[in-house]
Order: sequence, then structure tokens, then C-alpha cells
Amino acid sequence: MTWSTSFPQLDDSYLRDLKKVIDEAFRNFTRSYGDMIEGFFSPLQTLLIWSERLLTGTPWPIILLVVAGLAWGASRSWRVVVGSILTLVLIGLFGMWEDTMKTVSMVLAATVLSIIIGLPLGIFMARSDRFRAVLNPVLDVMQTMPSFVYLIPVVMLLGIGKVPGLIAVVIYALPPMIRLTNLGIRQVDPEVLEAADAFGSSAWQKLVKAELPLALPTIMAGINQTIMMALAMVVIASMIGVQGLGQPVLRAINNQYFTLGVFNGFAIVGIAILFDRISQAWGKRLQKHREASHG
Amino acid sequence: MADPIGIEIRNLYKIFGPTPAAYVDAVRAGMTKAELQANHGHVLGLRDINISITPGSIQVIMGLSGSGKSTLIRHINRLIDPTTGEIEIEGRNVVDMSQDELREFRRHKTAMVFQKFALLPHRTVLDNAAYGLEVQGIPEAERYRTAMRWIERVGLKGFEKNYPSQLSGGMQQRVGLARALANDAPILLMDEAYSALDPLIRYDMQTVLLDLQQEVRKTIVFITHDLDEALRIGDRIALLRDGLVIQQGSAQDIVLRPADDYVANFVQHVDRGKVLKVSSIMSPAQEGTGDAPRIDANASLAEALRQMAEARVQTLLVTAGDGRDVGTIQFDNAINAYAGGTKPAA
Repeated sequence: MTWSTSFPQLDDSYLRDLKKVIDEAFRNFTRSYGDMIEGFFSPLQTLLIWSERLLTGTPWPIILLVVAGLAWGASRSWRVVVGSILTLVLIGLFGMWEDTMKTVSMVLAATVLSIIIGLPLGIFMARSDRFRAVLNPVLDVMQTMPSFVYLIPVVMLLGIGKVPGLIAVVIYALPPMIRLTNLGIRQVDPEVLEAADAFGSSAWQKLVKAELPLALPTIMAGINQTIMMALAMVVIASMIGVQGLGQPVLRAINNQYFTLGVFNGFAIVGIAILFDRISQAWGKRLQKHREASHG
Repeated sequence: MADPIGIEIRNLYKIFGPTPAAYVDAVRAGMTKAELQANHGHVLGLRDINISITPGSIQVIMGLSGSGKSTLIRHINRLIDPTTGEIEIEGRNVVDMSQDELREFRRHKTAMVFQKFALLPHRTVLDNAAYGLEVQGIPEAERYRTAMRWIERVGLKGFEKNYPSQLSGGMQQRVGLARALANDAPILLMDEAYSALDPLIRYDMQTVLLDLQQEVRKTIVFITHDLDEALRIGDRIALLRDGLVIQQGSAQDIVLRPADDYVANFVQHVDRGKVLKVSSIMSPAQEGTGDAPRIDANASLAEALRQMAEARVQTLLVTAGDGRDVGTIQFDNAINAYAGGTKPAA
């Protein structure tokens, strides 16, 4: 009965050779092209350093004022403004201001990058069923593959630091942006598009005057999701040298510092809620025209 | 204001399916819609449509759902490509136009009003009305001026800053109409434009259109499934059934001389007193009736009967617009027409 209880697998030596060959090939690839690839991603380094300096270099009262201004501008609600300020003040009082600013700068950079990559891909995905069929499984892999697995090649190629961290975060945070852009554009009322055609709109006019504005609520939900996923990745990214709130958490795991972990964990939750409320309130305000006074 | 232009639709066929071109000859040779669908899995949308639309007239295309009327109107600005056939406008075949030519054609020659309004929900009434001008690249101040004029003309002054969702259906369709008119295109395509409106508002909007037409003289193609609407506004009416034109003519022709039982069945509930005109029922002028009361040739049959009853006469003299006597109308003929008879032999 042994044949039925142990699955017939490929020969051990064959599997070992296979892994060795692939690893070897990838290592060679890294050696010969690593510098080139690093050069290719160096603009990201500039972006990251710029955004980190912006947030850590700005005096904290100005950051508080800017956040209060953004919260008010997006929501027109005092509750959101007071909640946002209170969250940041608490984070500061508990000594996590600097780490929080580093995390926020990383999340902002990852979000901007995800929008820049995700929006056009999502639009193209909505245009072409074939492209969607190709991209969908890729997105599935990006979302379900354990992050540690794709950290390996990223670290091998780019080493430890901010840029590989950013790439890992973007890989994880990009799919909802692409998917929801695609969905939003596909859901636009075909009659409105027919009207746009009937009045002689060019493809570009149709996109910017009808499709994108009508898909905007869904696209905003995608951006919101992307921000949340990016925040969820900061702890894992800290394993490859990304500074911020993730590193104290990592230290807390290694040394069983319960309180340190909880404080930093709540700081992440706090800024997640802050981002979420502000971006959702803004998305809602963009939809003011949907408030119908007629049935 | 641009001069009105006509539309010539010739031998237009539309077959839906993966290889429509393969079945054109079979359909020409007489394959029916049911055969095509059952044996070959293709749907016959339109079959040999020939309609000549006079410049500056209102052409109604009427049919029940599934008759192909919405497909037909979408061929005129080529939102749908025909399988074969021609649509000639100003000497050019719309079917042969390149994408760029087609876009220019849509921007300047046609404007369209849709059944479900198809307004841009994120734009104000003013920005919706100005949409056609905006895609043409007209500067903001000028397009707002033009759009505002038409918003006022359709009776929406004061609502220009509102969003479509804040307006009722009738008001939204006024925006749709203003958007189409602001383009100042000589051809106006109206796809069941009033079908989604309440009967009273629909009547109102028909009046708006007829009033406007006195002013702008456009070539209007109006799709409807409502016979009363067709008879009220159409200079000419084409009746469509299963993608085939089964009768074309004026309202009078269709009510008095239905081409077949299907049409007859359709028109039997029409209020003939209102639809039929004295000129359609009168007999040519005779000598010796010079002292009878007079009635205008364009008056309705009901009006003629009322006058006869009031004056207690059996005969009225019919006068044309210029005051000439052109015929007489007899009480028995009038009653016969009212009751559903066809036109009496002259």
C-alpha cells in the first residue's frame, strides 16, 4: 500500500539539480545585470529620499497644520480633523513621531508609484479582454504569493534598503489599484459613452471627459485599498531595511517586547484610520453630484 | 443657421453575428429572419431599408420593440456599421467615411437625443449642454454663451448650475435637447427621446419640439413606439417591423390606407377625428355650392364635423391657405372616414 500513501514524486536528485540550476542561473543573472537594474531603479531612490526628507525635515507643528488642512479640505467635518490631530499628537507623545514620518513617506511614495503604474494598466485592462485575461493571473500571484518569497529575488538583485523595500510594497499594493481602475471603467454606463461618441469625442476626450470621471469613485476605492495594503506591508518591508514603524515591531518580535510592539502596532493602525477617513471623505465629496433630490 | 440637408438611406442591411457578410445574399434572396436565426445563428437587424428624408422635415420611424428602429437611427451617424448599403448625406456616403471624417461629421452635421438622456452625471446642466461644443474645441466663453441660450430656450433658466440627478426626467431630457441643439447641426437624431417621460410631459415636449422646428428647420429623425406621437409630429412616417419597412407615408396615408392588416390593426384605435385632416377627405371643388360655410384644408375632421353640426349643414367648402376654394366635404363622407372607412373615391 505504500504507492498510495506517498505521492509518486520526481526523483530527489533531479529536484536538487533543478533547484541548483535555477538558483545558479538567477545568481549569474544577478551578477551580470544587478548593477544595470539598480541603475534603472535609482530614480526611486531619489523619490524616496526626497519624500522622507520632506516629512522628517518639516517641523512638526507645520505637519500638524497641513494634516488638519487636508482633513478639513477633504471632509469638511470637524470630527475627522480633531481625530486626525489627536492621533498624530498621541503618536508624537509616545515617542514615535520620527518613525511614523518615515513610514508615511514610504506609504506615500508607494501609493504615488502604484497610481502611476496602476492607472494606465487598469485603463488598458478595461480596453482589452485579452490583456485582462493575461493580467488577471499575474495580479492573483502578486496578491497571494507570500511576500517573503518575492523578497528573495528583490534582495538578491537590489540588496537591502529603501528601494527593494519600496518595490516589495508596490508589488503587494498595486493589484487593487489596477483591478478597481479596470472595474470602474468597465462599469461606466454604455449609453453615456454612446452619447460621447455621437457628439464626436475623440478617444482621449472620451477617456478624460467621461470614462475617468465616471469611474472615479471606484478608482478612489482602489487608491484607498492601495494605501491600506502598503501600510500592512511596512512590517515585512522593515525586514529588508525599510525604516519606520516596522523596525520597532520587528525588534519587539525578536526580543519579546510586548509593549513596544503594541505601541508601534497601534501607531500603524492610527495612521491607517487617518488615511482611510481622509481619503474616503474626499472620495465622497467628489461624488456630491450624486446626491439626488429627485427620485 | 445651417441650411437643412436631406438623408438618403439606400439598400441598407444589418445582420448581427460572427460572419454577417456571408448571409447578405441569402437574405436578399428572401431568407426570413426566423430561418436565418434558426439555421445560421445570425440575427437579422435591418432588411433592405430605403428611406428618403426631405431636408427640414420630421421623419418618424415607428415600430415596436425589436423592430430595428433604434438600430436604424444609429446607422445615420454610424454608431452602428451596416452590413451593406449606403447612407448619403450632402453627396457623401457616411458608410465610407474614415474614423477622422466620421468624427468631424458627428461634430458638425448630427446631434443626438437619447431615450435615457445619457447626460454626464458629474457635470452641471451648463457643462452638459456645452459638451458638443467643448469636444469641437470652441473656447469656454463662447460655448457657455451658446449653451446658455439653448438652456433658456428649452425652459431651464435658473437650473444651469444644477446636476442632472437634481432634475426630473422631463427636465433632464430638456438638457439632452439643449445639448443637441447647441451643436447647431443640421440633422437631429432623436432615439425614443420621449418614451421614458410621463404622458403629459411627453405631450409638452412634443410641443417644444414642434415649436423649435418652426424656428430651426432641422432634418429630424424621430424614433418612437407611440403611434399618437408619430402621427402628431411626423411629416412622414416609416413603419418598421422585423427590420423591414412595411409602410411609408404621411400620417394621413397610414391612417386612411394601411398597407396591411398589421398596420390596420395598429391604427384602428387612433382618434381619427384629430389625426385626419379635411384635405385628406374632401372631394374636389364642384360648381354651385358657393354659399356653404368654409373650413380650412388643414383643419381636423373633428373640427369639420363640429362646424357642420353647429351650422346644421351637410356640406362645407374647403379653402386652402391662400383663401381659394379647393373642394367640399360632405357629412356622410366625413362620418364614414371618422368611423374607419377609407378615402372615398373622388
